[in-house]
Amino acid sequence: MALTDDKVKKLEERANKIRISIIDILEDAGSGHVAGPLDMADIFTVLFFHTLRHEPKKPDWPERDRLVLSNGHICPVLYTTMAYSGYFPIEELRTLRQFGSRLQGHPHRDFLPMLETSSGPLGAGLSQAVGMALADKINHGLTSQRRIYALLSDGELESGATWEAAMLAGKEKLNNLVAVVDRNNIQIDGYVEDIMPLEPLSDKWRAWNWHVIEIDGHNMEEIADAFDMSKTIFDRPTVIIAHTIAGKGVKEFERDYRWHSQLVDKKTEKMALKELRTLGGKLDVKDAL
Amino acid sequence: MTRLSRGALDILMLNPELKLNTKLFDKNVEQIPIRQGFGEGLLEAGKKDQRIVGLCADLTESTKMNLFAEKFPRRFIEIGVAEQNLAGVASGLAAMGKIPFISSYAMFSPGRNWEQIRTTICYNDRPVKIAGSHTGVSVGPDGGTHQALEDIAITRVLPRMIVISPCDSIEARKTTIASVDTGTPVYIRLAREKTPVMTTEKTPFEIGKAQIFWKSSKPQVGIIATGALLHQALLAAEALEGKIEVEVMNLSTIKPIDEKAVVALAEKARRIVTVEEHQVSGGMGSAVAECLAKHRPVPIEFIGVHDQFGQSGTPEELIEHYGMDTKSIIKAVEKILKR
Repeated sequence: MALTDDKVKKLEERANKIRISIIDILEDAGSGHVAGPLDMADIFTVLFFHTLRHEPKKPDWPERDRLVLSNGHICPVLYTTMAYSGYFPIEELRTLRQFGSRLQGHPHRDFLPMLETSSGPLGAGLSQAVGMALADKINHGLTSQRRIYALLSDGELESGATWEAAMLAGKEKLNNLVAVVDRNNIQIDGYVEDIMPLEPLSDKWRAWNWHVIEIDGHNMEEIADAFDMSKTIFDRPTVIIAHTIAGKGVKEFERDYRWHSQLVDKKTEKMALKELRTLGGKLDVKDAL
Repeated sequence: MTRLSRGALDILMLNPELKLNTKLFDKNVEQIPIRQGFGEGLLEAGKKDQRIVGLCADLTESTKMNLFAEKFPRRFIEIGVAEQNLAGVASGLAAMGKIPFISSYAMFSPGRNWEQIRTTICYNDRPVKIAGSHTGVSVGPDGGTHQALEDIAITRVLPRMIVISPCDSIEARKTTIASVDTGTPVYIRLAREKTPVMTTEKTPFEIGKAQIFWKSSKPQVGIIATGALLHQALLAAEALEGKIEVEVMNLSTIKPIDEKAVVALAEKARRIVTVEEHQVSGGMGSAVAECLAKHRPVPIEFIGVHDQFGQSGTPEELIEHYGMDTKSIIKAVEKILKR
């Protein structure tokens, strides 16, 4: 279903709130990853507030869609979006990375059972999503209604294990599977295209018999449309290559690989929050969000 | 004493409660590969339980998963030579309520894909069953790359993982069927070669339970064996009869270890020899040592591979070369008596 102008505005506001929260909790935690969570905020917002079939108050609802976060280190955006959707209290976000917290530094189902998977080591998420999609295929064949979403980073496409999974998904024609690649072009050691060039990336996926959609990962309509379109693809899995701006929303972070996992201190937090609350200076400080 | 009456006496030493194969000391004892038991067990379990799915990485016949695959093609997934994916896909299937069995050579699964097994299966708490075939030097002519000698060590160190090394094809079948309902990850250690059948259909089996196969009222040495080498241990006991009193234990479940039974044997015999076709470091013997160091410290001799890789040869040549044959076990028993 296409988004109305009103819905787009609402989603954008929500994504901004989620970014504010991410900065807030990362400063509280004193460690954690910055750029990925910020640049995936728009996609997570569309997923949790528009696309996913889920019931936050009933996280074990059997019919729910499945969301596998492969690059577990961007979990601040997962936790924040889950909290804002009603999975758990927003105040709990402040416990991120603390001893005894349900919000572990990388997601762990032992602590937060409503997660679909525990993750952290890169390159393992797509396999699990393929397994989930296969289970539905075994049970329901082509009539499987549930969607399985695998969220991947571009850095983890350097892992051969990702391509093992991609090959199998193509072979099994898993049209119930959607992978989203956060194409932000950064990883810990530098820019992805310097570390290990992935281009031509869409050709690589096509070669394994995937349907490829490339989008602006910050355009709510494009994001929602891509998820909708994936449902029309009958004979193969879909990958959405989402071109994003690493650290999106805070100019100082944007496109700078050093912000992959740099510490957010008090001073940086203040600067970043001001920028997000005034929508990059569009609002006066007194009107800030 | 004639050979015949000797054999009759041997049978008297076998634990009658276990209803073991009375022909197990015969030269022409029936021999079946342990992996065959896995294949039959999976087929049998698959008939009863729709949740079971089979996944293999291009070794379907070698691991005997072909029996299941032929009967249930819709519940069988050929993954290709991609063991990392094998583990991850199984985790995803388990997340949806399936009970996946994955099979390959142990060198590749749980060897190559250890981290995926740790994170996506154990850490993630998914009840995937991992069948690792072609363990030990008795893989034979294929050589050292294909002879898994480290698989017990790398699986038993994983939280939640149950580790079982059946002694024959019948126990492998029972292991496979029993592993369905543990609710945990299970590693099932298989072997390629034909192996003497020591147990029978009537032999009781329970995961986590060690069994005394060869009994003695006053043992001087307790031999604890796992896998096919249990047969060599029993032959050693037979050869020692009338000279040195031993008890022989089948420790097929290595984790969780049957602490009570292992400690009881150490109490009784006060000396232990462990026998396994695996590196001595980190294997079954180490598990026994950890248990006894804590509860009942006694001298231990370790039969196994000592910090080496395997090589090509016949299984018999290799078992002898690496010091895991009956003669080596007898020597270890004699040695420990002097300690």
